[in-house]
Order: sequence, then C-alpha cells, then structure tokens
Amino acid sequence: MHCKNCGKEFCKGLWRENPIFFQVLGMCPTLAVTTKALFGFSMGMATTFVLISSSLVISCIRKLVPPQVRIATFTVIIATFVTCADYFLKANFYTISKELGPYVPLIVVNCIILGRQEAFVSKHSVAESFVDAVGMGIGFSAVLVLLGSIRELLGFGTIFYYKILGEGFENWVIMALPAGAFITLGFLVGLFNWLNSKLTSAHKI
Amino acid sequence: MRKTIQMISVLTIIGLVSGTVLVFTYKYANPLILDNQKNEIKEAIFKIFPKADTYEKDIIEDSVIFRAKEGGKLLGYAFLAEGNGYQGAIKMMAGIEPNLETLVGIEILESQETPGLGQEITEEEFKAQFKGLMTSPKITYVKNKPPERPNEIRAVTGATVSSSAVVSILNEKIKKLKNALQKLR
Repeated sequence: MHCKNCGKEFCKGLWRENPIFFQVLGMCPTLAVTTKALFGFSMGMATTFVLISSSLVISCIRKLVPPQVRIATFTVIIATFVTCADYFLKANFYTISKELGPYVPLIVVNCIILGRQEAFVSKHSVAESFVDAVGMGIGFSAVLVLLGSIRELLGFGTIFYYKILGEGFENWVIMALPAGAFITLGFLVGLFNWLNSKLTSAHKI
Repeated sequence: MRKTIQMISVLTIIGLVSGTVLVFTYKYANPLILDNQKNEIKEAIFKIFPKADTYEKDIIEDSVIFRAKEGGKLLGYAFLAEGNGYQGAIKMMAGIEPNLETLVGIEILESQETPGLGQEITEEEFKAQFKGLMTSPKITYVKNKPPERPNEIRAVTGATVSSSAVVSILNEKIKKLKNALQKLR
C-alpha cells in the first residue's frame, strides 16, 4: 500500500499538531475525566479505539459516500463504535466505566474524531488515515495521562493509585476540582507552545 | 434523481450495518453487564454482613430487600437506597438489624460527587460511622465536631450537602421499610 508520508503523518499527532496542545480540540473529556491518571488513560484508550476504527471504515468507503450526507454517515459510524466501546468497558471494566460515567458515550461529539474525518481521512488513503489516527490517538492519550498524573499527584498525592507524596503532604483539593483542570491545562498549553516556538525559531537559524 | 437514490441507499446500508454490529455487541456485553451489577450487589451485602453465608432477595411493597442469613439465622436486612446528591444520584446499599433500629453499615455503589470533597463519602472513614448507628427517631449529622448522640454522624468537612444527602436518603428509605415490614408482621 502506498504510504510515503507515514512517518510524518504519525509524528504530527504527537507534537506539531497534537490535538490538545496545538489544535485545542476535545476539551470536554480533557477537562472532565482527568482527575486521576487511570481515568485519563482509559478515556484516551477508548477515544483512540473509536478514532482508529472510524478512520479505517470511513477511509474505505469515502468515495462511495455522497458529500451531502457525509456528516450524517460519519456520525452514524462514529456513534456505532462509541457504543461498542461503552458496552465493552461496562462489560469488562465495570468500575472504570462507572467513574467515567457519561463521558464515554460523549466521545460521539468529540471534535477530534469528526474533525480528523473531515480534515484528513476524507482526502487520504487507508494507510495514511490509519497512521494519522494512531498518531492522534496516542498524542491525545499521552496528554490525558500527563494531565491526570499532575492532578492526581497534587490533588491526592498518588499517581495511578501509587502513593508518591508522603503523609505530610496536604492534598490540594482544587486540583481535583474543575478549576484545577483549567489551571493545569492552561500551564501545559502555554509551556508546550513556548517550547514549540523555541524549537522552530532555533530551526530557522 | 440518481444522486438522491445514492444518498438514500448509502444511509440505509450504513444504518443497517451499524444496527447489526450493535445487536451483536449488545448480545455479547449485556449478560456480562448484568453479571457485574449482580456481583456488585453481592459484594456490598457480604461486606456489610461479613458473617452472612447466603442472602435472599425479596420484594416488599415495591422496595427490594435482601435477607442476609448465617446458617438459616436472620442477621438483618440489606436494602438499596437511592436519591440526589450534590452533583448526581447517590446509590447505596445499607444493612440494618432485624429490629430495624440499628444500622449494620453502608456501602456507596454509585456517586458523582466532587472528587476530593463529596467523594469522601465513599471512604471508609465516613462509612464506618454508620456501623451501629441508631435510626430512631432519625439519623442526623453534625458539622466540625465529633458526634455525641447514638443517631449522629459527622459530616465530611466541605461536603455537607453530600453528607446530608446520604443521611436523608437513608432516613427516607428506612421509614418506608419500617412501615412496610411492620405491616408484614
């Protein structure tokens, strides 16, 4: 299969076009479920699964779908995979699924997924779409785990339920609240954009 | 016209395929999900009544109760109670002695309270207060000081709404149960 840009398409999801830091998409699950690293990880995995499966299916049928009904078609396909993911979590990871609550079904309206289908998959081959989806999925999950780890560390003194900070540490309750999500995300987005501008300006010289 | 037919047929086919996929997913997942829910209830009952070896489900006036037994001897009743918390529904399992006066314990099954504050109601420290708690005339809570009376618990600091929700959900359900069981006797 033809895929000469695969390396590039994969890496852009991790850094240059990272869905959270540089595209600022999919904010709802990013802010809502990252109270603990494990929830961020589960959410990232569920989203990655939906992203990869729907990218694969849509890139296969993209030439058959008339442009007028493409959004409706994409939404039905995405919703099907989301429902499968939701049932799978409920069946095999019951406690996690209870913690994530309505945010798993809400992957349907995650703009990363529909955004990728519109911006990338509908113009590229199956192999490129697959690589793009894997890159975006990993990029998204990595940020959720990072955000979840920071909030869990400061809010509960643990990471993945593993005690890091000693008994003397007073938990910062705000980090477990929505405000903590905004604060952490704001700092991270700022930091990564600053790093990126440093890197690109160094590149030019 | 050709365009219209193409649009209709694409949407129909996608709909049919999605529907089929969902049917099979549901068939695979639903028994597992039901099992999970049953296990959750079972675990909660045995956690509240560690000595129990069996329990029987019974329905008394539209409320489900579980009779927890140890070798045929009735240890108490376990029942589900549900109501509104601070952010969403709180669902819990509670155990009460056969005289309906003393609580044996509670387990929170579902809650969407604020992490770090209201979610403390799921911690052992809060739940342990309900062991041996008197239910008459009704359960009450106190703030920022240790409870004095046998029907008092201490609310979680910074989460009075969640704590009082647990208390009022329990009170309501216990009242209902008392009425229902008294009629039965």
